[in-house]
Formats: sequence, structure tokens, C-alpha cells
Amino acid sequence: MKLFIGEGNPHCLKVLAALELSGVRCETQLVKHEEKVVPYLTHPVLPILQLPSGQHLFSPNSICQYLFDVSGQKATDATNQWLEWEATNLQPAVLQSLQLVALQGKRVEAAAVMKEPLSWLEQSLSKRKTSFLTDEVVSVADVVLWAALYPLLSDSAFEPGDLQAVRGWFERVCSVSACQSAALRVLQGKGAEALKSFLQKQPVTHTPRRDSPSNSTEAEDSERELSPEEIEEAAQVYSEGLKDFTVVTERKHPVLPQEGKRNVLITSALPYVNNVPHLGNIIGCVLSADVFARYGRLRGWNLLYICGTDEYGTATENKAREEGLTPQQICDKYHCIHASIYQWFQIDFDFFGRTTTQHQTEIAQDIFWRLHERGFLLEDTVEQLRCEGCQRFLADRFVEGECPHCRFPEARGDQCDKCGRLINAVELKNPQCKVCKETPVIRSSKHLFLNLPKLEQDLEQWLQTSTAAGDWTTNARHITRSWLRDGLKPRCITRDLKWGTPVPHPDYKEKVFYVWFDAPIGYLSITANYTDQWERWWKNPQQVELYNFMAKDNVPFHSVVFPCSLLGAQDNYTLVNNLIATEYLNYEDTKFSKSRGVGVFGDMAKDTGIPSDVWRFYLLYLRPEGQDSAFSWTDMALKNNSELLNNLGNFINRAGMFVSKFFDGCVPEMLLNDDDKRLIAQVCWELKQYIQLLDKVRIRDALKCILNMSRHGNQYIQLNEPWKKIKGGAEDRCRAGTVTGVSVNVACLLAAVLEPFMPTVSLSIRSQLQAPESSSRAMLSGPGAFICTLPAGHRIGTVSPLFQKLENEQIEALRKRFGGLQPEEESAGLKTPSNSSVAVESKPNAGAAQHTPASVTADPERAKQLTALVAEQGEKVRALKAQKAEKSAIGVEVAKLLDLKNQLCLAEGKTPEPPAQKTKKK
Amino acid sequence: MALRELNSLERFLGLKKANKYSTQGGKKVPVLQNNNGPALTGLVTIACHLVKEAKRPELLGDDAEQRAVVQQWLEHRITKLDNCSKEEVKVILKDLNRYLEDKVYLAGNVFTLADILMYYGIHHIIVELAIQEKECYLNVSRWFDHIQHYPGIRHHLPPVVVLRNRVYPSGHH
Repeated sequence: MKLFIGEGNPHCLKVLAALELSGVRCETQLVKHEEKVVPYLTHPVLPILQLPSGQHLFSPNSICQYLFDVSGQKATDATNQWLEWEATNLQPAVLQSLQLVALQGKRVEAAAVMKEPLSWLEQSLSKRKTSFLTDEVVSVADVVLWAALYPLLSDSAFEPGDLQAVRGWFERVCSVSACQSAALRVLQGKGAEALKSFLQKQPVTHTPRRDSPSNSTEAEDSERELSPEEIEEAAQVYSEGLKDFTVVTERKHPVLPQEGKRNVLITSALPYVNNVPHLGNIIGCVLSADVFARYGRLRGWNLLYICGTDEYGTATENKAREEGLTPQQICDKYHCIHASIYQWFQIDFDFFGRTTTQHQTEIAQDIFWRLHERGFLLEDTVEQLRCEGCQRFLADRFVEGECPHCRFPEARGDQCDKCGRLINAVELKNPQCKVCKETPVIRSSKHLFLNLPKLEQDLEQWLQTSTAAGDWTTNARHITRSWLRDGLKPRCITRDLKWGTPVPHPDYKEKVFYVWFDAPIGYLSITANYTDQWERWWKNPQQVELYNFMAKDNVPFHSVVFPCSLLGAQDNYTLVNNLIATEYLNYEDTKFSKSRGVGVFGDMAKDTGIPSDVWRFYLLYLRPEGQDSAFSWTDMALKNNSELLNNLGNFINRAGMFVSKFFDGCVPEMLLNDDDKRLIAQVCWELKQYIQLLDKVRIRDALKCILNMSRHGNQYIQLNEPWKKIKGGAEDRCRAGTVTGVSVNVACLLAAVLEPFMPTVSLSIRSQLQAPESSSRAMLSGPGAFICTLPAGHRIGTVSPLFQKLENEQIEALRKRFGGLQPEEESAGLKTPSNSSVAVESKPNAGAAQHTPASVTADPERAKQLTALVAEQGEKVRALKAQKAEKSAIGVEVAKLLDLKNQLCLAEGKTPEPPAQKTKKK
Repeated sequence: MALRELNSLERFLGLKKANKYSTQGGKKVPVLQNNNGPALTGLVTIACHLVKEAKRPELLGDDAEQRAVVQQWLEHRITKLDNCSKEEVKVILKDLNRYLEDKVYLAGNVFTLADILMYYGIHHIIVELAIQEKECYLNVSRWFDHIQHYPGIRHHLPPVVVLRNRVYPSGHH
């Protein structure tokens, strides 16, 4: 037998103490943290006990138990219970708190983390009459718990509060000599410090509630302690009901800043016109901004949300050439596509414009002249490729040639797709004009540069105040800081193109503005197209708060380059106060790719038959806040079925149904008892969280609050069983009435908080409940208040289900349709060539073992898909047979199976055979 | 969830009188109200108690070594398997698959409580696996299929189809 331990590993404390205490003879060996002792475990763990049989024990508690067991102390219910509690409750808290102490020196926060488990232990110990946890002598439970707590409780600076019983017990275990020597061996008198290098290697543990990317919603719903005062106050506010809350009139266009109001201007990054946006684009910009805008309007802010298509630039010119249209025609066509996609996603812009307008030219040229007059522009000569055949300078994307670094023959003028390095077009070997294939010549051309270094000081000064006062996402701060750290260089603002805003300077007649200079000015010009009083928004930093929404790749243009243009123009422009940037959304573990047909694009979403609201919900549920996330079909179905259908929809529907079925559609009288008040307080707490989070644009987290509200509601209904009580005596019936009444009011609150996320669902709840006009605004004003907005006697409308189940077959079909098929195979083929996907594809598949390998005409890709389909269909048939389904129903599915098998044969390059006997025996 | 699991276990053990359970806290930890003693808290604790009550101690292991291995997998179930993230699931399945390479049951050659509770806990994961993934975790699938067909175990859970013959070519794992 052999015990493997690691240096400074807190888990070794308990096993060393147990080993000495049990008197079992065993060799110990010190190994490194990353050394693998157990062959079958992916991540190395310590301590490990190798048993006489050769088996490994990798759980410290089981090792202790074993050592006590062989020395004659068998496990009991009581020791089992303590060990289980230690593993599931104490250990996660201890680990988190040790990290706070040893890595961050945050002892107060660490003590807060330990509060709950320690007070539970204090309670249990003070009820016991024995000296130790289970007995008068030390048991395995004492050793295990003591060892877990030792690094914290032995630290005199760690103040967990008054814990008399725990302290007494702890001292008694400490006095056991086996424990003393184990402690000395692991901590070496250095306290938690000695564990530092071990703790650094552990994943950082967060409080389970927020910030955890974990998918398990149930784990998140930890009970929150509510004080009696909180509960009473919430119940009081609830019962006061809806007071005269002035109903605000419809939005009147144009929305303009108003004195004495919170004036919020929201922009979403302008989508580039030459392509259809994919889901990542939608969640990154327009949808996120839409949720915030809807929320702001509900909160009563005076708010303007604008966006539009970014239309100038080489990519548009290219696309136009491809499709045989003029750039203007291309823009017109795609602008409509964009507008209709956003409309389908219910993006409620105040105005959705475009950048190819007269206002754009005027405003861009005005800013240009102001920069010019103030000496913020530089002139320089640039060597460029010019195609004599086409009579023009070739912009980066119009020239191809051999990469000077890796010799890839099809490198573009700005970047090589193979080695990824940035290229200056004149460095290309054997350059070719992309249009006429002729060899271009090098000519020099004069260009204008924005002198960023000269503006750097002004920029830094402004950034300091803006980032300190406003909400900037962490990635936005990081990216901006790293740009400044590297030092700013002058940036070219002119280009030799036709499709763009013309440069008004006579020396640059043939040139247009570079898109990065031009595009952000689109925000201003689009507003100018919305109202001629646009300057009241854009030259009014005193009254206006500006929010920019974008994906992280767009940050530098909004935080450095564009602000420099506006600062240099010195015209009192409104600069961004809050910069909200998302990370990237991937598609089923790969990237969205238009060319490979992988992923869902905006125009296809509606063809899936899944409602717009469900799309919004799922995209917002996995909004890449803080880290990249991935869209997955299975997960979407799961979230729809578990969260929308079973949680949210179920609750709202039940609440409404009880009112109509048991109380003739009239909200019953409510006499609140403690259970009801507790629920009201819980829901109210979630509402306040929701508001705090959305005020900080933490959109995804706020959505979780909504789901928590209905989860509380479901538990409340389940516990109080109004459907049973309604059949009981007068008292029971009254109880059923209260529970129903409170529930339907929670449903009404849900309609309010859902509005920014799922507008259609929100509206249909409101109409089903006949909710008063002002109820949403009333509950979402100020810090938030859960009010009884549907008082006793209120008549509700017809209740009907809100969501539909997404079936597995439906989801599988969609997954196949939109590529991203079998992501494992794809990633195996792309990322790990050692897995030899080529070999895999050419092998005959085992389901048809007697078949010859695929012939030349075969389609291995198709065959692979079909193999999966055959297997799936086969499963379906077997399931039907097992359920003894009707013969005809089985027959239909069998026919489908045979058809698939035939197709598979064809795809494998074989002639279809009559169904072989052996298929029966699967 | 845990309560249904305990009911199924009771039925498997042939315990006649129904026990009363409640749950505690947001994580819904099961609590057994015991007439002749203090209440017991925790899935594993209660399960072990039921096994003893049914006089089936062999389900907890015959000797100290086996008992420790059984406890280890029971702990694994509640600390690692329950509430694990998607990424962790992959590692858990991979490790378990390697562990089961030369074993019929979790504790080697004998069926124990560890098999029962791991089966209940892993069911929702296996249900979601595609056929191809099940083939990647061949040993887990074999073990799982074995346990779900063990007399009297499945009760509250639907059967999961595990193909006996391989559909996909090997070489992926």
C-alpha cells in the first residue's frame, strides 16, 4: 500500500492525520501536482491511496474512511452524513475562501463565504452533548471536517464571527497529536500561504449565483436569506396596490432631449451592407441594444435608439461587380434585407437609416474641414499599386499575389489568408489586378492622415472621465488600454476609390474617405435623416448619455479613433459614455461561415418555424458576456423545453388557468400569510436584482432573474396545492384563492420584466390577464416594486399556452440543414490531423460490414450523414415495436428506413440490395 | 429528483413501509424523517442507511477495500456528476470510460450501490448522447446498458437505446 501526497495540498491534511491516527503502516511518497498517478484520470489529483489490490482511491474522504475501517472503526450513518456534508457543502466554500485568503488577501470576503457552513456547524455542535461530532472519541468525521477547516481557523487574522461550540471542538481535535503533526507537515507553519501554489492551479470558484457560466439552472437557485423586515416591507408594498400612475402617452417622433429627464442615446454598430447578418452579429449589436432600449423606455427614460447600414467601401464595390449591379443597387437590395431581418427579430429602432445620404456627405466633410483647419491632418505620399488597364489605384482587396512571407500564391493586398500576416500591397510578389488580371505598377499617391499622436493627450483625459463615470465592459477597457499603451500612430483617412464620401479638398478630388473615418459619422447622419434637430442629440454632452453597442472587434474605432475625430473637430460633440462590447458567439463549436454554409443567418431564422421571441430568448440566454459562447441546437431545444415551457410558461399558464377555472375569471380575495409574504419578498428581491443588473447592461444575468421569479412561483404553487384546496372547506378554499391571486400577480409582473426580452410573449400575457396599462411602468420605476396590480375582482381574459415544445426530430433536422453537422467529426478533421479523418472516411462503415469500400462515384460525406440517419430511423422503428405501436404506424417508419438504406448504398457507390436478413437482428 | 431516486431504490431493496422524505435548501438535498432516531440528510447517507435497513450490506462492499471504492464513487456522483458543466461532462465520461475498461461494475466484479446511484445520476447525460458519442464511450455505454437491465433498477427512468453493434468506424477515441 502506498500513499501519494503533494506539497502544500490541503486535501493531504486529512489523510495524513487519519493515517497516523489509524496506525496503519503505509509508505508515503511526495509527488508533483501535475504528476499523473491514476492512469484513468484526465486531470491529476492528489492525495491518492494505492490499495493492496492495486486499485486507486482518489477521494480524500474515502481514503480516510478506508483507514478508519481497517483499524476497526466502521462507517455509521452519522459519520456518513458528516462526510457527505463536508464534500458537498463545506469543501466548495473552503476552497473559495482559501483562494480569497491566500491569493487575494481578502479575509473579510472569505469569512462571508464561510458564514453559512460555519453557522450550520455551530448549531449542530451546540445541540450535541458529546465532545466530538459523533462520539466521545475522535471519528473519521472529526478528522475530515477539522482538516478542511484547519487552514482557515488556525489563521488568527481570519474572523468568522462568534463560534463558541466550533472553537471548542476545533481546539479539542487540534490537541490530537496525529493532527498536529499532519498540520505541520502540510502547512509547515506558514498557514494558508503554504497552499498558494496549489490554489493557483485550481479553477477560480465564484459564488454560485452570478457570473457562473454553468448550465445547471437548478444549482443557481440558491435560497437567499430574507430578513423578517424585508419580508414585511415587501408585503406592505404589494398590498398597497397600483396607485394613480400617470399613463405615459405613446412615443412621439421625433424624440428629442428634454430638460429634467434622463436623455439616453443608443447606437448599435452599423452592420456592413454587403452580407446577411448571422446570429452572432444580431446578438452582438442590434438585439442587445434593443433589449436595453426597450428596458429604458419602460423605465421612463427619454430615449432614442438609432442604427443603419454601413454602405460605402471596397467590399460593396466588389459585391456589385460579382452580382453585376451598381454599388447603389447592391446597397438598396441589402439594406432592405437587413431591415426586414431586424423587423422579424422585433428590433424596435426609432430609426433605421443608411450611410449613403446627403447628410453623411455634409457632416463628414464638415468634420474633415474642422480637423483640417485645426491642423490635425497630415499629408504623406504612399506607394500604391495602380492598374493601368482599369485606370485606377488598386485598394487592398483588389489585388492578389504571392505572399512575401510564406509564398502563398493567393495572398490579398492587406493580409495573407494562409500565414495570417498583415501585408503592404506593394510587397506582394507577382501582383495581379483582381478585375482584369493585369500586372499593376507602383505609383506614388498623396494621402491625408489623422494626426492621432497630437490628439492623444485630449483623448486620454476624456477617457479617464468617461470610463470612470460610465459603464464600459471589461473587454472594452482592456482593448482601449492596449491601444494606448502601444502608442498611437497617424491613420490614413483617404482612399483611391469611387464608392465613398468624396474628399472635399481640391488636391484630393479623386479620393473618398476611408470607411473607418466615414462609418461612425453614420450615427450622426442617420440621426440627421431622422430629425433636422439632430444636433440636440449629438452636440449636447451636457444633457445626453450615449451608449454604443458592438462586438469586441469594433472597440478601438469607438473608443479611440472616432472620439479623436470628434475631439479634434472641437464642436462640443456628444462622446460615448457607456461602451458595451460583447465577445463572440460561435456556432456549435465552430465559426459561422457564409461560404461553408455553416450557421444560421438572419434571414433563415424565420424559416425554422421557431418564433422570433424564442430566438431572442435563447440568443440572450447565451449572450457572450465576459467570454465567448456557442450556439447549439440541442441546447436551444433544451432551454426552450425546460425554461420556457416547463418553468416560465407552465407557471404563467397555471396561474391564469386557476383564476379562470376556479374563480370564474375573477381574481380572488387575498389574505396573506407568512408563506405568501415570503414569496412576495423573494420575487421582489429578484425584481430589484433585475433592475440593478439591467441598469448596468448585464442583460444575460437579468434574464436569469426572470426565470428565478417563475421558479419561485412554481415552487409556491406546488407547495400550496390550490387545485386540491379548492375542493376543501371554507378555510381551504380561501387559501386556494390567496395562492391563486398572488400567483396571477406574479405572472403580471413577469409580463412586465419580459417585455425587453420577449415582446410578443409579454404582450400576450398582458392581454390574457387584461393587465392595466400602467402596471409595467409602475413596477419597474425606481428601485422596482412588486405591486398587486390585479386586485381582487379584476377580470382576466382567455388564458392559453405561451410556448410549444421543440421536438428532438425537429431540432435534428434543423441541425442538419444548417451545417455544423457532427461537430466532433469536423473538429477532429480540422484540428487533430493525427486522428486521420481521411482514413475514417474511406473505411466502409461497420453497419454494412460486408460492403466493399466506397467506389469512385461514392459520396463519403453523404454516406456518413445517411449512416447516422439510418441508425436514428432504426432506433425509432425499434422503439415503436417495443411500445407495441400500431402495425400501420410501424410500417410507415420501416418504409422510411428501407428508403434511407437504399440511399446509403447509392452514396457508398453500391447497387441497393433487397433488405438483408441480418438487419432484423440488430 | 433525488426523492424519486430514493423511491426507486426502496422498491429495488424491497422495503415495505414507505419512508417520509422532505428536502432542504435550494439544492433540494433529501432529508429522511426517521422515527427511531434523528433525521438523516444527504442522498448518499440516506441510500446507505436504506441498504443497511434492508439487510443487504453486500451492496456497500464486502471488505474494507471494496467499501472504500463504493464510497468513492458515491461521493463522485454527488460532488462531480451532479451539476457539472458541459465541459466537465466530457471529462467525467472519458475518465469513467477508461476506468471501466477492465471492469464489469464500478467496484470490479460485484454489483453495488455505487452502480445504482451512478446509473440514476448519469441517466440524463446518457439520454442526450448521440449514437456516435455513445460509441466513443463504449465501456460506459456497456456498463450503463447492463445496469438499466439489472432487475428492478430502472423504475422511474425511461430506457435508453444502446446499440450492440457499432455503426461508426473506430478511430475517433
